[in-house]
Amino acid sequence: MEYIGYGNNGQSLKDKILGISFTYILLIVILAGIGTMTLYSAANGSWEPWAGKHLMRFGFALTLMIFMALIDARQYYKWAYVFYLVSMMLLIAVEVFGHIGMGAQRWINFGLFKVQPSELMKIGIVLFLARYFNAMTIQGIRTFRGLIIPALLTLFPVAFIAMEPDLGTALMVLITATVMVFVAGVQWWKFALVGTIGGGSLPIIWNFLHEYQKNRVLTFLDPERDPLGTGYHIIQSKIAFGSGGVFGKGFLHGTQTHLNFLPEKHTDFIFTMFSEEFGMLGSLTVLALNLLVIALGYLFAFRTHNYFAKLTIIGLNTNYFLYVFINISMVMGLLPVVGVPLPLISYGGTVMFSIMASFGIILCMSINKSKMSFDDNR
Amino acid sequence: MNSSENEKVKVLGHRTIFLMLFNLVAFAMIVARLYYLQVYEADKYKVMSDKNRISTRFLVPPRGVIYDRNGEVIAKNDQDFQALLIAEQTSDINQTLEAFKNIIPLTVDEETRILKDIKNKRRFIPIKLKNDLSWEEVAKIELNAPDLPGVEINEGLSRIYPYADLYAHVLGYVGPISDADKKDNPLAMVPGFKIGKAGLERTLDYQLQGKGGTVKLEVNAYGRVMKEIERNSGVQGDSVQITVDSRLQEAAYEAFGEESGAAVVLDVRTGEILALVSKPSFDPNLFTNGISYKHWNALLNNERTPLVDKAVSGQYSPGSTFKVVVALAALEAGVINVGTRIYCAGGMDIGNIRFHCWKHAGHGSLNVVEALKYSCDIFFYETALRVGIDKIHDMALQLGLGEPLHVGLDNEKGGLIPSKAWKKARFDKNWTPGDAANSGIGQGYVLVTPLQLATMLARVVNGGYAVQPTFIKPTEADLKKIKRLDISTRHIELVKQGMFEVVNGAGGTAGRAKFNIDGAVMGGKTGTTQVRRISMKERLSGIIRDEQLPWKLRNHAWFMGFTPVDNPRYAVAVIVEHGSSGSGVAAPIASKILQKALELNIK
Repeated sequence: MEYIGYGNNGQSLKDKILGISFTYILLIVILAGIGTMTLYSAANGSWEPWAGKHLMRFGFALTLMIFMALIDARQYYKWAYVFYLVSMMLLIAVEVFGHIGMGAQRWINFGLFKVQPSELMKIGIVLFLARYFNAMTIQGIRTFRGLIIPALLTLFPVAFIAMEPDLGTALMVLITATVMVFVAGVQWWKFALVGTIGGGSLPIIWNFLHEYQKNRVLTFLDPERDPLGTGYHIIQSKIAFGSGGVFGKGFLHGTQTHLNFLPEKHTDFIFTMFSEEFGMLGSLTVLALNLLVIALGYLFAFRTHNYFAKLTIIGLNTNYFLYVFINISMVMGLLPVVGVPLPLISYGGTVMFSIMASFGIILCMSINKSKMSFDDNR
Repeated sequence: MNSSENEKVKVLGHRTIFLMLFNLVAFAMIVARLYYLQVYEADKYKVMSDKNRISTRFLVPPRGVIYDRNGEVIAKNDQDFQALLIAEQTSDINQTLEAFKNIIPLTVDEETRILKDIKNKRRFIPIKLKNDLSWEEVAKIELNAPDLPGVEINEGLSRIYPYADLYAHVLGYVGPISDADKKDNPLAMVPGFKIGKAGLERTLDYQLQGKGGTVKLEVNAYGRVMKEIERNSGVQGDSVQITVDSRLQEAAYEAFGEESGAAVVLDVRTGEILALVSKPSFDPNLFTNGISYKHWNALLNNERTPLVDKAVSGQYSPGSTFKVVVALAALEAGVINVGTRIYCAGGMDIGNIRFHCWKHAGHGSLNVVEALKYSCDIFFYETALRVGIDKIHDMALQLGLGEPLHVGLDNEKGGLIPSKAWKKARFDKNWTPGDAANSGIGQGYVLVTPLQLATMLARVVNGGYAVQPTFIKPTEADLKKIKRLDISTRHIELVKQGMFEVVNGAGGTAGRAKFNIDGAVMGGKTGTTQVRRISMKERLSGIIRDEQLPWKLRNHAWFMGFTPVDNPRYAVAVIVEHGSSGSGVAAPIASKILQKALELNIK
């Protein structure tokens, strides 16, 4: 408990608690409440099997978030590389055991709880890059040599996650890392170069994709191509959105969802279900809430005086933004269906805990307003 | 903090602002997309959403009821239950079918049909599994519903003909719609929808069908019906009343006993068909749900052709009944008159062939009335020669022979009335006196149907009015439009006198069939027509008695009669196939029918 409440540049526990943004927590609670309500509707007006459990999980996750917010911020810095390494090892373990065990497997069972190493890696890559760039000068960041380690240590886990296969998460980790590299100040032309090379290598990547992934991409480009198969989800989702109109069909009255035309309504397609019942006005409300959460994140990043804290917040904030953007875009047919849930609203424990943990870290970084340096290694 | 550190934070700040802008743009894209889906294209998706959840099913309207002239129901609808299978609602259609068979056994025929339907019909179209389910069977199916995904009980209506065989040839029957008829009718895809396949059911199908209803059901993605949204029951088909009197129809039917043949009874003043039977008959109820092969083959292979409506499709030589037409043609042409007498010596030479009278001893000298009474052949050979075939042809056509009468029954035939031009066209041969003589006694080329003969008789005995036979009661206006034929009343009276004598005169050919009900007596004319050619050898050696021949080779027996003679109301034409004798077999049947008509006093 040495680092909780104490030793953080002299901030007392009370100071820290008061330093937590209650607006931020309120927004999170409202979003989780909307999630619970939507899951209640998804089960045709029942707490079983999703809404009740979702609320309970949120309760635990909220506790976890506050706990993580109150930890001494220096601990994150201190353990950043270790956390990354453990996450990486677990990823490798999943890949190895997964193949020995039951085919594609994304989690490790610790008895009491299951851990998805790819979710840990979303945080791990942020902490790793934040610490790495924190220790570098801007000149160092702008050299090629300075990018070798971040590039390798990003692509390595991304490749493992993609092999699970979990293309959605792999892309999220990759994009989060790229955004951080960008924010750290790497030159524009390097991104242009990588973009060109990456674009050129698309056909090669295409060959490594699984059949179902290829199908998803193809079907995204033309949903009518397979109206009863993969395209069915997208078509039915768009119908649900469109028929919801401006005001929606009303709570518990979404026909597309209640009559089971919409698949995965409690997980990936929950925003569709919400939007069918609450229309564009409801959807804009959820978007606005998320936008506020993200904006607050940036505010925290600007307010803190510590580089590591800033970069960590931006990385985790970007991670959250990607969740929201990818999920909503894919259910509206703007992106292929890659299996990314909508945090706080979709049913599912893993994302709930990982996103709440990242909120906890964001809060922790935001509490720390001092110019305190973490550079105890230097 | 050094300047490098400051530079790093500054860069981070700039890049973060850029990142925030990017996030905002991304959110704006989402908002634009939301607007596009939920406002701009909302109507399109609302329609698609309704299409998803609303399944419209057609309801078969109840078919119109058919009544006889007294308001007696002769075709109606009874509720029945059928089991249907909707292929798309079961994951394993064969398993469902097996499970169904364990509960309700199916015959091999039924199973073959079901498998054919499964293959041919689209997956959302219900397929009939079994009709006429009892309450018990319905209960069994409902009880086992979890094992029978895709099976539905449909409450349907099936056509019932309470008089069964009695009306088979009049009403025809209904049956499942055939592929050829399917094109335009939206009801065609609905199981249980029947159309008229024969008889008046077919002719009046448009009136009887009614308008289909629809029921809008909310269904979920698996096709399960969640609730009914809207129901429009449709409109029952129009009822139709026909002119037939079931009591007379029954009497006519019974009068035949085991004989096969046909009878048509007309109201001579209006042309209303009061009875129309064809024997043997069949049960049209068998057709409603698709007749079995066994029954169908039995009907098809019966040598007495129960499926043929002999009253309108049977074409027979009219035999001596045709003498009425010949007499009228001759009287009108002026080649004979009331005083004209012709001597019958039992035979006469025409060309180089000798023609006999049926009475080989000869009738002696006869006028037209006596010639009809005794049915003298010589008189009519001579008369036909005098008047010529073309005048006979014209008279026959005026009286309703030679062309179909269009009463609305299937395969109504037009018969055949020959003429010189016809023979030239048909055989490229000239008309011979022998042809004329043969035609004079209703043999040779001449063919009529029982319906035509009854019409001819009605037109004669009603005083020469061109009544049209019909199953639908004519209105007053229709009756006013009936044309008077160009035949003098005097000549008609002469012919009627002759027909009166046939039945009531001493030695008339149908004397045994006479009756007198409150002063109403019958007039008529017998006819016997050869089915086979009588060889010269037979002619010389004395003819074998017809009754001793095999049934198929015996003569057809005709009688046409009307009553009351002084103010005719009913006319009947009876043919008994292979009945041998018009006077002995056909006349008594006609007599019974007319007596019944009088007794019922059908108006």
